[in-house]
Amino acid sequence: MKVLVPVKRVIDYNVKVRVRADGSGVDLANVKMSMNPFDEIAVEEAIRLKEQGTATEVVAVSIGVRQAQETLRTALAMGADRAILVIASEDVHQDIEPLAVAKILAGVVKEEAPGLVLCGKQAIDNDMNATGQMLAALLGWGQATFASELKVEGEQATVVREVDGGLQAIRVRMPAVVTVDLRMNEPRYASLPNIMKAKKKPLEEKTPADYGVDVTPRLSVVKTTEPASRKAGVMAKSVDELVDMIKGAGLV
Amino acid sequence: MATLLIGEVTDGQLGLDATAKAVTAAQALGEVHVLCAGASARGAAEQAAQIQGVAKVLVAEDPALGHRLAEPTAALIVQLAASYSHVVAPATTDAKNVLPRVAALLDVMVISDVTGVVDADTFERPIYAGNAIQTVKSSDPVKVATIRTAGFDAAALGNSAPIEAAPGASDPGLSQWIEDRTAHSGRPELTSAPVVVSGGRGIGSKDGFAIVEGLADKLGAAVGASRAAVDAGYAPNDWQVGQTGKVVAPNLYVALGISGAIQHLAGMKDSKFIVAINKDAEAPIFQVADFGLVADLFTAVPELTEKL
Ligand SMILES: Cc1cc2nc3c(=O)[nH]c(=O)nc-3n(C[C@H](O)[C@H](O)[C@H](O)COP(=O)(O)OP(=O)(O)OC[C@H]3O[C@@H](n4cnc5c(N)ncnc54)[C@H](O)[C@@H]3O)c2cc1C
Ligand SMILES: Cc1cc2nc3c(=O)[nH]c(=O)nc-3n(C[C@H](O)[C@H](O)[C@H](O)COP(=O)(O)OP(=O)(O)OC[C@H]3O[C@@H](n4cnc5c(N)ncnc54)[C@H](O)[C@@H]3O)c2cc1C
Repeated sequence: MKVLVPVKRVIDYNVKVRVRADGSGVDLANVKMSMNPFDEIAVEEAIRLKEQGTATEVVAVSIGVRQAQETLRTALAMGADRAILVIASEDVHQDIEPLAVAKILAGVVKEEAPGLVLCGKQAIDNDMNATGQMLAALLGWGQATFASELKVEGEQATVVREVDGGLQAIRVRMPAVVTVDLRMNEPRYASLPNIMKAKKKPLEEKTPADYGVDVTPRLSVVKTTEPASRKAGVMAKSVDELVDMIKGAGLV
Repeated sequence: MATLLIGEVTDGQLGLDATAKAVTAAQALGEVHVLCAGASARGAAEQAAQIQGVAKVLVAEDPALGHRLAEPTAALIVQLAASYSHVVAPATTDAKNVLPRVAALLDVMVISDVTGVVDADTFERPIYAGNAIQTVKSSDPVKVATIRTAGFDAAALGNSAPIEAAPGASDPGLSQWIEDRTAHSGRPELTSAPVVVSGGRGIGSKDGFAIVEGLADKLGAAVGASRAAVDAGYAPNDWQVGQTGKVVAPNLYVALGISGAIQHLAGMKDSKFIVAINKDAEAPIFQVADFGLVADLFTAVPELTEKL
């Protein structure tokens, strides 16, 4: 079984984002970019499936600017076998909407015929939490979102999902789309020799036109603003003082 | 055209608070119809009919809809969507599972975690862990959106909207429910509780959470946790507050042994009052706390619990 892992290049989770004063968006020039943390977990899971003999090949795919190559090289250094880069934009500030991403991924799936697509549950830049579900819909496949455990057993997979009430276990028919949550695994670090080896692994470049997809956005960004900020309050010197403050504010 | 609001139905019960808050947001868009779907959903529909501002309730009962599986639920909604300008739902894990699938089947974008309705096409939503608020305008014929309920007041009860049966939809049979593993603590629900007490890595162990729960029970509060505490196994996953967990905005949020990473703040910084106890005076949580105390939580929290 082939596993396809879509990986997104996003602003590193440690970077404090800055909203541009003119409201046009967030400054992404010269900031540290990394693989979306959820996608590292998806890559790790795919590699483990290969190590267990369940998967035969792991293909990483990224859609975005040319610089997303670096993200794909990271996936290759972790252990993916090859990569596909779909160059859909020249400008780092132009994000491609999940619907367009899902349509491109559906095109990749038709060519590659994977038995499983492992996505992240959400990208930490736009926090849409949508792409995997949209891809499953377009393919007419089953979906198992927010997965913390995945067991592939022949024609089906058993997935434990993190939901509002706790956990839910479901069985989904393969091929399927699974989106991974934080507690599925601890992704490995790529070793230096593997980073070197990754440079020689195949990375194919494509465009949305190769899949006949129009990436024109459906949502236009009217403006981007800073959220209301909070100010630091008062420090209590003792528990007694804190109790007085809490009671004084009518909080209990 | 009206708005179809997907009611939050779990095992036949309506998530009243989440649904009523979403109704408030949806009223800005026009007439609101609520869909209650489940293996049994009649009771939930009767409750939804009481929410002020609801013009009609549709009820769909089918065993295939029983466990909020995405594929049959999406198929049902898609079948109804043609008569609506908007399809919305409270941004619960169920809705986040189903609505993007609905949107793709309708060939429209989904707008996730809406915090403000500007007009029928224009919505505000947080991005980058709440570090920026984006206003987006949709050009799609049907707007599919999930509503972050923390920012909206629940619509009042006292209505008696008519209830109609929704036409059945076919189950594509792509997935099967096995089991739910849920624990009922008897405490208020995290996303609607007026008071939340959360513990972080500083709590140090699963047993240590008894201190957090002790204060929570004294205050009649729900219990939350940071990701670090959940990852370490001190607390269950459904207690996680933050960018990738639950978003809460209670009157009072108490953070114990939580440093205040942006991903955690994303889930609680809209709380009306924040109280933090941390032994590190430099912890970023103090930059958003209204009241802070630098202290060892193992001595301070039991004392606080006793004295409140
Ligand atoms: C500053 C700013 C400017 C914007 N400008 C525009 C604009 O000009 N045009 C526009 O269309 N939209 C724009 N947007 C909106 C934005 O495109 C969407 O909101 C965004 O794509 C939401 O999806 P997500 O990345 O959160 O995906 P999610 O659905 O949260 O991602 C889930 C998973 O899907 C996979 N995935 C997602 N994207 C990719 C990818 N590109 N490659 C590979 N895998 C992927 C990954 O596995 C990921 O973990 C802008 C947003 C911002 C913040
Ligand atoms: C993709 C991604 C998504 C994430 N999503 C979330 C999310 O949804 N929610 C979330 O919370 N985090 C999330 N995180 C993790 C986040 O970045 C932080 O790692 C996490 O919030 C830290 O948790 P903490 O504050 O409990 O732990 P720490 O940062 O380790 O802080 C522990 C605090 O406890 C204090 N302490 C220790 N002992 C005591 C004592 N005896 N008395 C008093 N104080 C004490 C310390 O001074 C310290 O400030 C995410 C991270 C990533 C990469």
